[in-house]
Amino acid sequence: MGNHPSLLQAEGLARNYDRHTAVQDYHLTLEKGEILGLLGPNGAGKSTTLRMLSGTLAPSQGRISIKGIDLLEQPRKAKRELGYLPDQPPLYHDLTVEEYLHYCAGLRGMKKSDLPGAIERVTETCALGDVRRRLIGQLSMGFQQRVGIAQAIIHEPDLVILDEPTTGLDPIQINAIRDLIRKLAEDHAVILSTHILSEVEAVCNRVQIINEGRIVHETRLGNNEPGQVYYRLRLGNPPETSCIRAVRGIQAVTEQYRGNYLLRLDDEEDSLKALTRAAVQHGWGLKALCPEQESLEQTFMLKVFQETSP
Amino acid sequence: MIGFIARFEFRRLFLSPLAWTLMAGLQFILALLFLVFLENFITELQPKLAVIADAPGATDTVIAPLLVWAGILWLGVMPLLTMRSFSEERLYQRQALLMSAPVSITEVVFGKYLGLLLFLISALLPLLVTTASLSLGTSLDWGKLSAGFLGLFLMLASFSAAGLFLSTLSRQPALAAGLTYGLLALLFVFFVSGKSQGSESALFIYLSHFGHFLSLNSGLVHSSDVLYFVLFSTGFLILTVQRLDSERRNG
Repeated sequence: MGNHPSLLQAEGLARNYDRHTAVQDYHLTLEKGEILGLLGPNGAGKSTTLRMLSGTLAPSQGRISIKGIDLLEQPRKAKRELGYLPDQPPLYHDLTVEEYLHYCAGLRGMKKSDLPGAIERVTETCALGDVRRRLIGQLSMGFQQRVGIAQAIIHEPDLVILDEPTTGLDPIQINAIRDLIRKLAEDHAVILSTHILSEVEAVCNRVQIINEGRIVHETRLGNNEPGQVYYRLRLGNPPETSCIRAVRGIQAVTEQYRGNYLLRLDDEEDSLKALTRAAVQHGWGLKALCPEQESLEQTFMLKVFQETSP
Repeated sequence: MIGFIARFEFRRLFLSPLAWTLMAGLQFILALLFLVFLENFITELQPKLAVIADAPGATDTVIAPLLVWAGILWLGVMPLLTMRSFSEERLYQRQALLMSAPVSITEVVFGKYLGLLLFLISALLPLLVTTASLSLGTSLDWGKLSAGFLGLFLMLASFSAAGLFLSTLSRQPALAAGLTYGLLALLFVFFVSGKSQGSESALFIYLSHFGHFLSLNSGLVHSSDVLYFVLFSTGFLILTVQRLDSERRNG
């Protein structure tokens, strides 16, 4: 790390509303070239986290710094380094794409002389060349989303925050936006929130899973946690999930549908022995027990549902 | 940055057919009223005034009542102009664009306010030209005319500050317009009630815009009247900043 501050550093972020806590103890260190996927079920606190990171909502606790500049103490300086697309693109439907981007660039403090070049570059990156003189209100959802991304990157910020950038798009548009996000990561760091697991697997190299306002899992994609084994279990006479969870060596259990479970084991040999013994003893009707390659979906199901189930 | 936001807001107002329609309608009604007052002056008042020494001229009998009518008509127009300022930004989640940009909330509020003032000036220009055209046929009291326009401008500027604040309270532009209209109408009713025989109230007249405007419109430029409008506008602008900042802090 040395003297070089991280691109984004968030420590102990929390956001409390009157009676409930939307986010607690959130932390993140992000460097250039990283695409972080913020994953979680609806209402997990993803948007609140992104609003805090983008400076549009003040945290109740904690601090955020962008390139070493404190976002709360020096918001003007810190915000120059970030671009933000909220879950609904902040568009003016009565402006043309070019007029809108001109306004956004000016708002980010770009010099007048730099504007034409910046608009040229960003319309090319986001493939908006053909529609740049059309009214935003007349564009399809996919194009509007791209205009939303264009406003977030027009001033070439080091950090780009995108809140559910592919919501409401068709599969072709989704692919186009994903390609765009990968391209962005060559020069920026990107934080992307979504509740679509495949999206994170497709574009991100880091993931944080958030549930009920807390980080429940954090990993680099492609790296399984050492010493953890996943098994799929099918039972003919299934007991309560808690009975399976009680078997020695079983870390987590998720019932995917009746009688079908996904298990995370500590120690493969001991846990399997204990499990088969328990199945025979209690007459669970063991039908299948086979190893499972870890996928993000499994991690997500285990982490989120383990958290929410009693 | 205030100037940049002001220019943008000013241009955007002209992009909407609403602003053009309001301006055209307002100008048409004021032109009709101008003709009515002028006709009345030429046929009824002028022969009577000609025999009185130091009699009131066209500035008092044509322009002053026209400006009062302009003020009353703007009571209904201003809410329609200010309603979009912040409520529409909230409705379409565009506040995120302003809040994530390196600009302060104060700059945003003053930028939007200045944009409205620029629009106001351009909407008052045709009225100024109409009234000044009287100088072709008679001599006008330019001091009185300037004081009247200053009063009208200050009153309308205070209307916009109130409208700007009330547009931060709701996501629905129509509701923001309703609130603004309610407040402005209430202040007008204060004036009417303060003036009415039997229930005169100096406090009500002081609280209302119209008392201060009429004083300026009669040619008396009291610093207390000017100060009333400046304080009223500044107060509402500060409230707007506070409201937006509390939204950022409290979500």
